Amino acid sequence: MKVNVKLFAFFREGRFIKEDKELPEGTTTGQVVDDLNIDREEVGVLLLNSRHCKFDKILQEGDIYAIFPVIGGG
Amino acid sequence: MADKIFRVNMTDLSTSIEDVPADWAGHGGRGLTSNIVAAEVPPTCHPLGPDNKLIFAPGLLSGTTASNSGRISAGAKSPLTGTIKESNSGGTSAQRLAKIGCKALIIEGQPQDDGWYSLLVTPEGVTISKEEELVGKGNFAIVEAVEKRFSDKIGILSIGQAGEMLMTGANISVKDPDSHVRSLGRGGLGAVMGSKKIKFIALDAKDGKVELADADAFRAANKVFTKALIDHPVSQALGTYGSNVLVNIINEAGGLPTKNFSSGQFEGHEQISGETMHDLIVERGGKPTHGCHAGCVIKCSQIYNDLKGNYKTSGMEYESIWAMGADCTVDDLDQIAEMDSIMDDIGIDSIETSVAFGVAMEAKVLDFGDSKEMIRILTEEIAKGTALGRVIGNGAGSVGKTYGVIRVPVVKNQAIPAYDPRAIKGIGITYATSTQGADHTMGYTIATEILGVGGTADPLSKEGMVELSRGLQIATAAIDSTGMCLFIAFAALDDETCLPALIDMLNARFGIELTADDVTNLGMSILKTEHAFNIAAGFTNLDDRLPKFFETEPIAPHNAVWDFTGEEIDTFWDF
Ligand code: SF4
Repeated sequence: MKVNVKLFAFFREGRFIKEDKELPEGTTTGQVVDDLNIDREEVGVLLLNSRHCKFDKILQEGDIYAIFPVIGGG
Repeated sequence: MADKIFRVNMTDLSTSIEDVPADWAGHGGRGLTSNIVAAEVPPTCHPLGPDNKLIFAPGLLSGTTASNSGRISAGAKSPLTGTIKESNSGGTSAQRLAKIGCKALIIEGQPQDDGWYSLLVTPEGVTISKEEELVGKGNFAIVEAVEKRFSDKIGILSIGQAGEMLMTGANISVKDPDSHVRSLGRGGLGAVMGSKKIKFIALDAKDGKVELADADAFRAANKVFTKALIDHPVSQALGTYGSNVLVNIINEAGGLPTKNFSSGQFEGHEQISGETMHDLIVERGGKPTHGCHAGCVIKCSQIYNDLKGNYKTSGMEYESIWAMGADCTVDDLDQIAEMDSIMDDIGIDSIETSVAFGVAMEAKVLDFGDSKEMIRILTEEIAKGTALGRVIGNGAGSVGKTYGVIRVPVVKNQAIPAYDPRAIKGIGITYATSTQGADHTMGYTIATEILGVGGTADPLSKEGMVELSRGLQIATAAIDSTGMCLFIAFAALDDETCLPALIDMLNARFGIELTADDVTNLGMSILKTEHAFNIAAGFTNLDDRLPKFFETEPIAPHNAVWDFTGEEIDTFWDF
């Protein structure tokens, strides 16, 4: 299945801004983070189709999945 | 030397130095400006008349070595909202005022003649002078000329053309350590300064110093506090990308108000994002990391250069970039930087004015995305005070009324900033109930709803949002009294050493014994004082509401509407 993965802030360094990834059925949000060699501790926010999620969500065909480090502003 | 109240009467051009009344002794920053306004300004007065007062107060810790403690508060009755107002900013003025020994500078009355004046504040007192040379000038020319007249060490508070012309979007500029300006942005306080006929206030601390009751305890607490700030990952991201790191995440979450609040996502988000801005700044030899005052260890500000590598602007915030960018659908950072610089110079709030442009675009006064026309209107209409310039310079509500627009994003006539309350509901409670009109900084629920700092909350659900906003509004009122930048809140919410260290510093500065409960009570009492002023000024619970369109127009991508009932909102004040 195809999932659109987006990275932000310093997660982009040495990786990508966004990419369509071909993933096996049943892949979880956490596995994508691990496969990208991103330390789960550094993850601030995961947004799956614009909704917050955790590392255990099973991805579906056509999902848009955004991974952010801990950030803030105001 | 104990801190004093410095008072200036512009009606008879007299000045005095007074002891601090016992009631005000424990206050600083916002707590002090709001208490003085509540005690001395008749709530029903005209904000631009002689009965209103303009008050400046450094925070309780300003002028010390405490990290991030250099924020100054300005207070008055707001000509934009008609409510009580406190606006705060970085720059060098808070530290100067504290070192002068000035706990608050109160400016009252109104000159009888048409002339303009300037003030010089030193430890000896205030001198009022006639001012002619700088009348009609922008803030950049003022800073240059005033530094020449005195020295480049001088602190400066000034108004541009917008403040002179009493526009309700006018701000007050505060000189920063690099002789650029920061802004006391919201609520039209520049117009109040203009109504007192004061073009600038120079602050000369000479060799004044802030005394500490217990210097060793202070130093130890500051060390813990500073470490908590530096170690927090949000501080690190702020230093690298600035607050503008938010464009992409708020867009992704579907809460980035776009095209005058008609959508929650902006196609051009990447072009105006913090990531893009960081790369451009580095490429052009600017500084991605910069503090708005000496002593800031987070440094969310930046120096932005133009294409040729020359200085263009500094301190571009997420809210300003969002307002000129997504809300007006301008996807070009150079155009945004140009407008940011012009607004700094003429002295007008970049949130209010840009949201006003968005409403004007909806009214077809100009096209969405037409940044060239925005720049022309800023320089040819607003700076010169033409009829159109005044309509826009008076803010989003003014444009809406003039052109009959229904989708006008304001609460108590102040423009709603960069988070859509339909898709991020807790912030809507802050907009509705804030004592100062729509203002995200009054209770920044975004930290919890979107960023996962200080817990989590589902931004599309109403559950727990009133309590979340209330807790944060109380804490913010207290933080705004210390002189601390609000960005310490991320560390304060997550790191349990941070807040106790802050309280230890307050105790070591004044030789007192505050507890965490005292600080919460301080926040509550400030909110209640401000709320009581507004009620006496004629506001009711029915003013604590969002504009109707938020209830009737669903916003993409979540197709969410604002669905809090009035009764639910009103429970905010149950404390
Ligand atoms: S974090 Fe930003 S706003 Fe806060 S004091 Fe530092 S530069 Fe100023």
